[in-house]
Amino acid sequence: MILSLEASSVTVAYPNGHTALRDATFKLGAGTIAALVGINGSGKSTLFKALMGFVKPVKGQIHIAGLSVEQARKQKLVAYVPQSEEVDWTFPVSVWDVVMMGRYGHMNFLRIPSAEDKRVVSESLERVGMKEYQERQIGELSGGQKKRVFLARALAQSGQIILLDEPFTGVDVTTEEAIIALLRTLRDEGRIILVSTHNLGSVPEFCDQVVLVNRTVLASGPLEEVFTEQNLRQAFGGALRQFHFEHSTIQDHDGKTVKLLTDDERPLVFGKDGHLEYKDRSGREDLVNKRKEEVGE
Amino acid sequence: MNWLAPFQYPFMVEALLISALVGIVCAVFSCYLVLKGWSLMGDAISHAVLPGIVLAYLCGLPLAVGAFAAGLICAMSIGWIKSSTRIKEDTVMGIVFTGMFALGLVLFTKVQTEAHLNHILFGNLLGIEREDLIQTVVVSFLTLAMVLILRKDLMLFCFDPAHARAIGLSTVILHYLLLALLSGTIVASMQAVGILLVVAMLVTPGCTARLLCHRLDRMLVLATLSSVIASCLGVYVSFFINGSTGACIVLAQSFLFALAFVWRGRQSKRTTALN
Repeated sequence: MILSLEASSVTVAYPNGHTALRDATFKLGAGTIAALVGINGSGKSTLFKALMGFVKPVKGQIHIAGLSVEQARKQKLVAYVPQSEEVDWTFPVSVWDVVMMGRYGHMNFLRIPSAEDKRVVSESLERVGMKEYQERQIGELSGGQKKRVFLARALAQSGQIILLDEPFTGVDVTTEEAIIALLRTLRDEGRIILVSTHNLGSVPEFCDQVVLVNRTVLASGPLEEVFTEQNLRQAFGGALRQFHFEHSTIQDHDGKTVKLLTDDERPLVFGKDGHLEYKDRSGREDLVNKRKEEVGE
Repeated sequence: MNWLAPFQYPFMVEALLISALVGIVCAVFSCYLVLKGWSLMGDAISHAVLPGIVLAYLCGLPLAVGAFAAGLICAMSIGWIKSSTRIKEDTVMGIVFTGMFALGLVLFTKVQTEAHLNHILFGNLLGIEREDLIQTVVVSFLTLAMVLILRKDLMLFCFDPAHARAIGLSTVILHYLLLALLSGTIVASMQAVGILLVVAMLVTPGCTARLLCHRLDRMLVLATLSSVIASCLGVYVSFFINGSTGACIVLAQSFLFALAFVWRGRQSKRTTALN
């Protein structure tokens, strides 16, 4: 099986006549972290629902590893990590119980876990570093821990395509980095990770592909090609706040020592020719050298 | 006063046993109902069974069959109206169940039945007929068995329906199954407390247990315990005060909930003091 995710001219309309998504086309190959970027109401969650088979496109097709959505669902290929707001955190279940839910599809109808199920759950908990919390009730965890529990459930399900909805809301920066590191290892195993977000600044930090949506797929492909100022302007319209350095009170002698602070979301920074700027130089030495060559230093 | 007096009468012993059985069924189901947030649905369906009962009586069918069918019709029409209009679910429920209840009352007064309206509305545990007794026991065991067999799926459906669908479970089937089980539980407890107070049996034990524990399996045990104690206590007390059995059971349920609420309040105060 070669993993891939392919949507061709997918149109989704709801019974009340509202067309949430029109002619959406994109393709993702194995081993990628892709960001699904768009404003609220742009059709991000509709696209997720279509990928999970909750809504049927009135037109177009979705193929997951060459299978239909229904066949993929039977093979438990698609795992979903819900948004924090969707979960009832007072629900009387433990961390272990939640991760075990990932195995239900692999059990018989009585849902009695086998030794193998328990081993997989235990292993998944260890991978996300939540083994020592397995007896906790889920409400007794921090934002990042909660996220990791649901990631462990996706792993226990052996989901090859993992859909994450706004994974970094309510998560502090250190945990965010831990989760990103985990997502990278999952990518390196060949999984497809599709992250729905409107947090622009975090996208260049961990995604390699981008799908820009606004009622349709505006653009999709590698980060550097798609995540441009022009495309984002198209996706976000007037909903994007901007800070132009050249028009600001910052002067030449301030150099690069200007600090950018935001309350929660990471800022997205474009350089002079509209190319993406990253937070860390480390690991991106190639890019720094390339830029140096461009200006002939 | 002789404390053991109730146990000398066979009808009292029978009433205690039935109320305990009904208490168990309601308690187990109430945990899922409370977690799903369907208390209002329980109230709606329990009222809506009335026309079904009257029609079943007319056709000579077991009353349980009519009640079950009416309960499902109520639930399905609520779902259908909600999905095809913009009206909110609780509003639709209010319209559908009061309409069906009123229809039941009109039918009842038009058709002179032998069954007393009071017995259906408020229960008739002490004068329960053999036929009704068998119905109650059969429906109770069926409903209980179904809930226990499907308890994991029902838990997942209550907790995270999206994940349930993602791993290939049919949430539509689970949704209607839960509604069918709700109707079954109402039919089972109808004889004990009557359709007006059934919702207390369906909600209170689960709520009481939820106050006290953080795990579903413990919640099921505790709900069952509190429900059986309340049911038996209600029947027992009603013997001495010569009060309505159903109302006494429900009062006992509320009393246990109040105890749990106060105890919980003191516990959380103590933990905050310790911290």
